[in-house]
Amino acid sequence: MHSESLKSQSTFPPKSTEPRPEHPPEVPLAIHDLTVAYHRKPVLWDVELNIPEGKLVGIVGPNGAGKSTLLKACLDLIPKTSGWAHIYGKPYRKARHLVAYVPQRESVDWDFPVTALDVVAMGSYRRLGWFRRVSRKENDRARDALDQVGIAHLADRQINQLSGGQQQRVFLARALMQDAELYLMDEPFAAVDAATEEAIVILLRSLSERGKTCLVVHHDLATVTNYFDWLVLLNMRVVASGPAEETFTRENLQKTYGGKLSLLEKAAEALRHSIE
Amino acid sequence: MPSWGDIVEVLLLQNYNTRLVVLSTTLLGIAAGLVGSFLLLRKRSLMGDALSHATLPGVTIAFAIMVALGGDGKSLPGLLLGATISGIAGIATMLLIRNTTRLRDDVAMGFVLSVFFGIGVAALAMVSRVPGGNAAGLESFIYGKTASMIQSDFIIIAAVAGIASLVSLALLKEFLLLCFDDGFASSQGWPTLWLDIALLALVTAVTVIGLQAVGLILVIAFLITPPTAARFWTNRLLPMLLLSAIIGGVSGWLGASISALTPKLPAGAVIVLVAAVVFLISMLFAPARGVFPRIARHSHLRRKVDRQHLLRAAYEILESLAGDDEVRNTPFPIEALQLKRAWSQRQLKRVLRIARREDHLEPAGSGFLRLSEPGFGEAARITRNHRLWERYLIKYADIAPSHVDRDADLVEHILGAELVSELEADLETEIDERELTVPVPASPHLIQTEPPAEA
Amino acid sequence: MNWTSTDTWIVVVGILCAVACALPGCFLVLRKMSMMGDAISHAVLPGLAIAFIITGTRASVPMFIGAAAAGVLTAVFTQWISKLGNVDRGAAMGIVFTTLFAVGLLLIRQAADNVDIDPDCVLHGSIEFTPLDTVAIGNLFIPRAAIVNGSVLLLNLAIIIVLFKELKLSAFDPDLADTLGFSSRFLHYLLMTMVAVTTVAAFESVGSIIVIAMLIVPPATALLLTHRMVPMLVIATATAALSAIIGHLSAIIVPTWFGQTSSTSTSGMIAFAAGLLFALAWLFSPLEGIVTRRLRRSCDLQDPELSTN
Repeated sequence: MHSESLKSQSTFPPKSTEPRPEHPPEVPLAIHDLTVAYHRKPVLWDVELNIPEGKLVGIVGPNGAGKSTLLKACLDLIPKTSGWAHIYGKPYRKARHLVAYVPQRESVDWDFPVTALDVVAMGSYRRLGWFRRVSRKENDRARDALDQVGIAHLADRQINQLSGGQQQRVFLARALMQDAELYLMDEPFAAVDAATEEAIVILLRSLSERGKTCLVVHHDLATVTNYFDWLVLLNMRVVASGPAEETFTRENLQKTYGGKLSLLEKAAEALRHSIE
Repeated sequence: MPSWGDIVEVLLLQNYNTRLVVLSTTLLGIAAGLVGSFLLLRKRSLMGDALSHATLPGVTIAFAIMVALGGDGKSLPGLLLGATISGIAGIATMLLIRNTTRLRDDVAMGFVLSVFFGIGVAALAMVSRVPGGNAAGLESFIYGKTASMIQSDFIIIAAVAGIASLVSLALLKEFLLLCFDDGFASSQGWPTLWLDIALLALVTAVTVIGLQAVGLILVIAFLITPPTAARFWTNRLLPMLLLSAIIGGVSGWLGASISALTPKLPAGAVIVLVAAVVFLISMLFAPARGVFPRIARHSHLRRKVDRQHLLRAAYEILESLAGDDEVRNTPFPIEALQLKRAWSQRQLKRVLRIARREDHLEPAGSGFLRLSEPGFGEAARITRNHRLWERYLIKYADIAPSHVDRDADLVEHILGAELVSELEADLETEIDERELTVPVPASPHLIQTEPPAEA
Repeated sequence: MNWTSTDTWIVVVGILCAVACALPGCFLVLRKMSMMGDAISHAVLPGLAIAFIITGTRASVPMFIGAAAAGVLTAVFTQWISKLGNVDRGAAMGIVFTTLFAVGLLLIRQAADNVDIDPDCVLHGSIEFTPLDTVAIGNLFIPRAAIVNGSVLLLNLAIIIVLFKELKLSAFDPDLADTLGFSSRFLHYLLMTMVAVTTVAAFESVGSIIVIAMLIVPPATALLLTHRMVPMLVIATATAALSAIIGHLSAIIVPTWFGQTSSTSTSGMIAFAAGLLFALAWLFSPLEGIVTRRLRRSCDLQDPELSTN
């Protein structure tokens, strides 16, 4: 059986790293042997990761641990030095319709002359394909998506006139429009107000109840176990990955965040929080 | 073809006719190289473009005024003064747009360029019909007429170029701060607006004298090409400034000399092409940031990563085969390797071919691989280094990501022997429970040898 | 003032050309690449020269192709240098267009001394002469420039209507465009080709200064007046058309102030008129005009409830 599979592999173009056939197609995100290197330095090493379906997954780790890089590598936005990342058993370019990406807020120009509704409607572009225009139906769906994140009344505002939290919600609504199975979110909780944070959490829960999988880059240890039911601790390589309660241990945190006193204290406090 | 003697004569500035031209373009190149460096770092390289176009209305209006006053209208100081005034007006407009609207630098520059130039074109059309004034020479002023340079022109160009170079060197630290982080600079109490104005005034000065020497369009190249070429060779400011000045100067000197030797070639264009050739060479081959060295480094890194992946995977397979016993060098199936690494058939072949060439592999039965003695040693060493890095990541996670550099073959090179022995000790205590004296410490995390488990 | 049918045609050509430029110009400005029009209009010189050397004539079709190809190459080289060499895009653009311009100059000087495409002529083509070169359609004699620029305008309009959402998306968030399967690189080069073709078509008939100004100034004016995409395109179109009308009128009127009887360069005055319209928007834009803001502030001061808000 194996030699057969090898034969089929060798017909693929040189750089492709196709999945082995035994790979389970029902895993939303499977990463194998992923190494990413910028210039001289490897940013991610030998990442092995399997994300189970329907889970709310938090990715935590110190600055420079490669969290955003991991998401971007999964989306083919940056080249992989080795390895592959598969979405439901397929490489990204064949699984675009299954993925929605929420980039960091700073990644776009918020002075751009579009309204919140326009930005959310962009989430429907892939389904529309080339040439077809955004119809009333899509706009209605975009309004619904804005409603789900609680800012339907801001639909016609130019995006520059929104607060940071509202801009973040616009991005989330855009991801909702994509109607994906897997949501990759880069620091959606960064610098948002408390109301937005709550709205995002509610949204994440409802997605997970509908069987969607969400991968969220997160930085606040204190809230990790409250928000997520699966955790990936990342520091250039995967330190631990598993159900939140099991994974969020002092030992694992120490491995991820290291021996620095302040961080250890933070972790200990977070642990106490999660136990209480 | 010019004779060898002519060539030497021109290059060494011994030819009276060309001496002034060659000297002035050289000085201009040096000044533009210095000033342009700051423009490049401030990400406003095209400012020279906008400014050179913005001088047109000033030149024409100065001409008109001089004619109206009874002069011949083409005195260089008068034209330069006009060019400077309208250049400054252009800068003021740019800064105003930038500071009072949401529009960006590029729009502000494009606005000034096109509107000022439009005014200039309209004014020129009117001026050329003024009776008594001979505006024909005006065009050649705008498009550069290097060949017809007289001593007084040269003195002005040399003086302005010299002053611009000295000022930009004197304000080195301030300009650096402005270019690197203007927010920080103003928070530290530096007058960033005035520094910006000073920088742009220098650009104006260089542009205005460049107009006469090489023409409206080609002076832009003088401000942009040398600094950009210099940037490929170094990551530090002072060497970049010096190199940029040298490239600018050499382009001016060589370009003007070549043009002087071949009557059909306009000096401005030749100078720009000399600078462009220097740029191309720098971009492709400069060791610090050039394209080919970078590609070479990247493929070197890739090969290195592949090699380390192969050897470490092999070692870890041998470890799992050995179980609790000492790790020994035995043949192992290729399939085990393919479970660990996501190599396509083709990549695998390439990796194995390289490994054979490096004598890391020995022949084994079909479907099997076997490390050679040196290969086994290398595998053990790489695995040890890798685990030390991992350990380091765990212990010093906060600072670690910026230090970890697997490209360095030896951990000791980066972390120092002391830290390495500390990490080794850590790993030893971890495996003490297993009471083994293996040369390679155990991995601090679980090594996956099975195919990814279904969740 | 003596208005003739020639003047009418000049204005019509001016409007067609200005609007043809303003439409792709909106996307250039939003992508922070305003200077591309200027770069392309200088960089086409070698294209013109090579087309002339190969064909030996000044026939407009080969010239057009040569120039448009050089224009697209400018965009391609700029992209290569800025991506491969990690160079600021403005600097990359500057190097490319000055070098191409220099190459063009040398080619022209070398090719033949009697070539009458000298660089000055490339920079100021003359819209004033366009009504002389007409094409007969039925009984109507239409200036060739009107047909050329009108076709380019229709082409640009068609592309923007058909690919509006793609162009918008790739200008706003190129990463998202790529993850959704719309190649941002393709869209970038499509826009650059549009700009190159528009630039070449326009300056071949009316001079490059109109092109450079119309690619930047009307979209910038529109940005001061609206925060939406479609209104931006509409306002830019209107501003461009208005600039063409005011520009030609002032080209006739302004010289009389200085006692001259003949009109001045319409191209230059159109750019100037666009600048004036921009200045008006800058001062009085209801969104954030300088005067408007000042008025609003003084109103706010009188109304304490608002000012505390």
